Parts: sequence; C-alpha cells; structure tokens
Amino acid sequence: MAPGPARERRGEDGAGAMTGLLDGLGRRALEILRVLGHHATFLVDLLRACPVALRRPYLVIAQIHAIGNLSLVIILASGLAVGFVLALQMYYALVTYGAAESLGLIVNLSLTRELGPVVTALLFAGRAGTSLTAEIGLMKAGEQLAAMDMMAVDPRSRVLAPRFLAGLVSMPILAVLFSSIGILGAYVVAVLLIGVDAGNFWSIMQSGVDVRRDIGNGVIKSIVFGFICTFVALYQGYEAKATPEGVAHGTTRTVVIASLGVLMMDFVLTALMFSTP
Amino acid sequence: MSDLRTIAETTGHPHRDLLVEIDHVVFGYDASRTILNDVSLAFGRGKVTAILGGSGCGKTTLLRLIGGVYAPNQGTIRVDGKVVDANDPEQLFALRRRLGMLFQFGALFTDLSVYENVAFPLREHTDLDETMIRDIVLMKLNAVGLRGAAGLDISEISGGMARRVALARAIALDPELIMYDEPFAGLDPISMAIAANLIRILNDTTGATAILVSHDVAACFKICDYAYLMSSRGKVVAEGTPKQLAESEDPEVRQFIRGEADGPVRFHYPARPLAEDFGVGA
Repeated sequence: MAPGPARERRGEDGAGAMTGLLDGLGRRALEILRVLGHHATFLVDLLRACPVALRRPYLVIAQIHAIGNLSLVIILASGLAVGFVLALQMYYALVTYGAAESLGLIVNLSLTRELGPVVTALLFAGRAGTSLTAEIGLMKAGEQLAAMDMMAVDPRSRVLAPRFLAGLVSMPILAVLFSSIGILGAYVVAVLLIGVDAGNFWSIMQSGVDVRRDIGNGVIKSIVFGFICTFVALYQGYEAKATPEGVAHGTTRTVVIASLGVLMMDFVLTALMFSTP
Repeated sequence: MSDLRTIAETTGHPHRDLLVEIDHVVFGYDASRTILNDVSLAFGRGKVTAILGGSGCGKTTLLRLIGGVYAPNQGTIRVDGKVVDANDPEQLFALRRRLGMLFQFGALFTDLSVYENVAFPLREHTDLDETMIRDIVLMKLNAVGLRGAAGLDISEISGGMARRVALARAIALDPELIMYDEPFAGLDPISMAIAANLIRILNDTTGATAILVSHDVAACFKICDYAYLMSSRGKVVAEGTPKQLAESEDPEVRQFIRGEADGPVRFHYPARPLAEDFGVGA
C-alpha cells in the first residue's frame, strides 16, 4: 500500500530532525576541536616564550612575589584551619579504636598526598588565578598588549611567560607550606589541647611517611596543578573580550575551569601514583 | 600626494618621496562586513598626513594594517618600498622597530611609572646603560613638557598628560614613522592645542613621517600637510591639502567639515519605513 500524505510528511519531518541533530552535533564537535586547537597553539606559544623570559629572571621573581608571596596569608591561614579540623576529626575516629597515637601519621599523609596540593591549588585559582586573568584582560582592554606588540615586544615573552613560570614555581612552595602549617595545627590540637603523646605523634609520623612516595608525589601534583591554574588563568585573560563583561566572564571561567581541572587531574594522578601499596 | 602616487602606479616602482603606500586595499574583520573597500592612500616622507572620517569608517584599522597587525584581504601595503607581510614575524619586528604609535587612550602600562613607561622601549630594544636611558627619558619627557612628572604613577596623571607621556614613549627610539590614533579624543581645548603643537613640532624637528587619524577637522587642518577624508562605506571620498578640502564643493566633504547633522551621510541608521514599525498609515 502506498504511504499516505501524512505518513510522508512525518517521514520528511523525521529526516529533517535527524539532519538537524547531526548538523548540530557536527558543529559542536568542530567547535570543541577549534577550542582545543586554540588552547594547544596558545600553550606552544607560551612554552616557546619561556626561554626568553628566563633570560630576564627579575621579571619572573617580581611575579613570584606578586602571585606567590601575596598568596601566603590565605594559604597559611587555610592550612592552619585545615590542620586543626583534621586533627579533631581524626582523633574522634581513631580514639574509638585506641589508635590516637597514629593521628600524626594520618594527618601528614592526608595533607602531603591530597589536601596540601589540592586545597592550595583551589585557593591559588581563587586568589592568584583570578588576579592574573583580570590583570591580563584589563591590559588587553586598555590596549597595553597591542601597544607592546606595536613596539616590537612580544607580550607573550614579556607578560605571559614570566607569570606562567612564577605560577609553576610558586604552587609547590605554597603547597609545602600549606601542609607544614597544617601539621603544626594538628600538633597544637592533638598534643597541646587533647593531650596525645608528642613522642608518638612525631615518631609514628616519621616512620610512616616516605619522602619520595608521599612528599615527592605531593610536590609533583602541585607542579601539575600550578601548570593547570596558571595556564587557564593566562589563557582566559589573553582571550577575554576587551570589555568589562569579557573580563568578568574570564575570571569566573578561570575559577570554574581551573578548579574542575585540578580535581579531575587529582584523581588521575592519585590513581597513577598510589595504585600500588 | 596623488601626483606622486600616480607616478608610482605608472612606473610600478615605489616613489622615493613616499614612505607608506596603501594600494587598492580591501579588508574586513570577517567575511560579512567589509571595513575598507578598495582604498589607496600615500603618505609623503617627512609630512604630516591626516586621515579624517567618522567613527567606524576604518581609520584605526588602516593604522593596524600599516603596522602589520592584520593582513589585507586584497591589495598591498608598502612601507619604505617593502610590502608589509603580516605573516612574517621577522619583517614585522624590523618594521615595528622603525615606527612609533600613539594609541587612542595612550595605552600606558599602568604598573609602571611615567619614567618607566618612556624607558620601556629603550630597555627592550637597546643595551644602553642606566645613565644614558635616564638622559634620553628625561629629554623625551622634556619635549612633551612632563620632565617634572617623571616620578608619578600613571594613576596620578590626567588624560591629557597620559597622551603626552604616550607620545614621549612613542618617540623614545626616534622612529621614522609615527602613527597617531585619535590623539585629540577626549581632551580639553588646552590639552588639545598642546597635543596638536607637539605633533607639528616633533615632525618639524625630527623629520619623521606622521600619520594622523582623527575626526577633529579643525585640529587636524591646523597641523597637517595633506589629508584624506574617508566615508562610512570604507572608501576615500576626498583628498588634498587642508585648503583644498576646506574649499571643496563636494556635499559629503562639506557636510563633514562643517559638522552638519544631515546630508549625504544620513542622520538615521537604515531602517524599515516608520509606518511599518509603528503600525500606522499605508
């Protein structure tokens, strides 16, 4: 039996919808590829600019001061607070099993393996990352980057690369400081306030922590997180629309993308680093 | 200037009296909108040449094309006889070393002081010692009347002063070509007169070639040797000396020079008929 006009119309509608869906998917895929390609090109340009920036270390040092040193207060205050809370929570859990002396070890492993690098990176994205994005975005809006370009000065070497290198150097140092102050905070709560034996607190920690596996991997994590946070912040600033709204969107995207990137990469790195006992 | 360009076009060789030649250039930031529509301009060596036109007619874009920020879709741009290739970083680097540009709002580096802004190109491109850099910076600041402001931060100076600091920075390396993008925009009458005088004096004393982009007819006519008038369609509608343009009988030239609200350049943006939008009549 020949199909009626209604069925034909439904068939045409279905084909049209399918074509539209495929068209949309194709456009989306192309857009994703374009964005990825743009990120890759930006990264290659940034890495190429790093040797030039290294020839003028004073630029990198100034940025380490701007984004590293000035993040110290928030990092140290947060580290101390996390240390306090971690010690309390761990004590309540461990004392049930008579293992309160292991508190130092648990706190140390939690901080050096996970909390130190991850929380530092999240704070870094919020404090230094947004500052970097806003600074670069406003430089772009004020035509400062264009002016540099017209003066035959590559803004990637002069502006971006020193900040990128400073981020890579600052993050592991900040993460180590975060973990250290966190351990001191745990010591204050566990030993000075609760009364856990100080000798046990330190000696079990010393025997249970492996410098290469625990602290070394924590430092590697923080370098990777430093790369993610700084790269995202610089990219969002450099590619921000040169308007107040563009800069505002850029700073928001920096926090969102850098935080999600850090959390996802933390899972991957943890699986790679600590999968064997 | 048009005679020189005719000679250059006829012979096929760049004329030695022309520093910059824009030859039948077509350009658009995207395919949907053409900003410059087959424009040809020539800029005489050692002259102050103005490009006049309303907002959005492509004047600033022309400066960016000369600086190699963008490549034209069609046509060529020559600086000192060499075709500007926006895809050749080495050539662009060499070209930009020879030119200075004054941006519309100065584009000063806000994290540096007045002194450091002017010293910036010297530190980036020369190996001069600190004493020499100090002397050059103070000389340049003195030329724009701001030697006393050397120690100030950018946040401490007015818009007019910022434009003068930017001018000092643009001439720090004694460029052959100086491009001014709207140097009079947003300035009070005194600052505007100072800026206009500075442009003329700098040109007379250094012999540099100046390209001046502006919509301020009076200020430009006072100091320029030659001027082009561009239309909103991205075309050159008139050219000549200030006197020739002032005496022009062309309706579009007259409307622009006299600042008339309506004329060949319409007051209303193209729109549907009034009756259609308000649902009346017909």
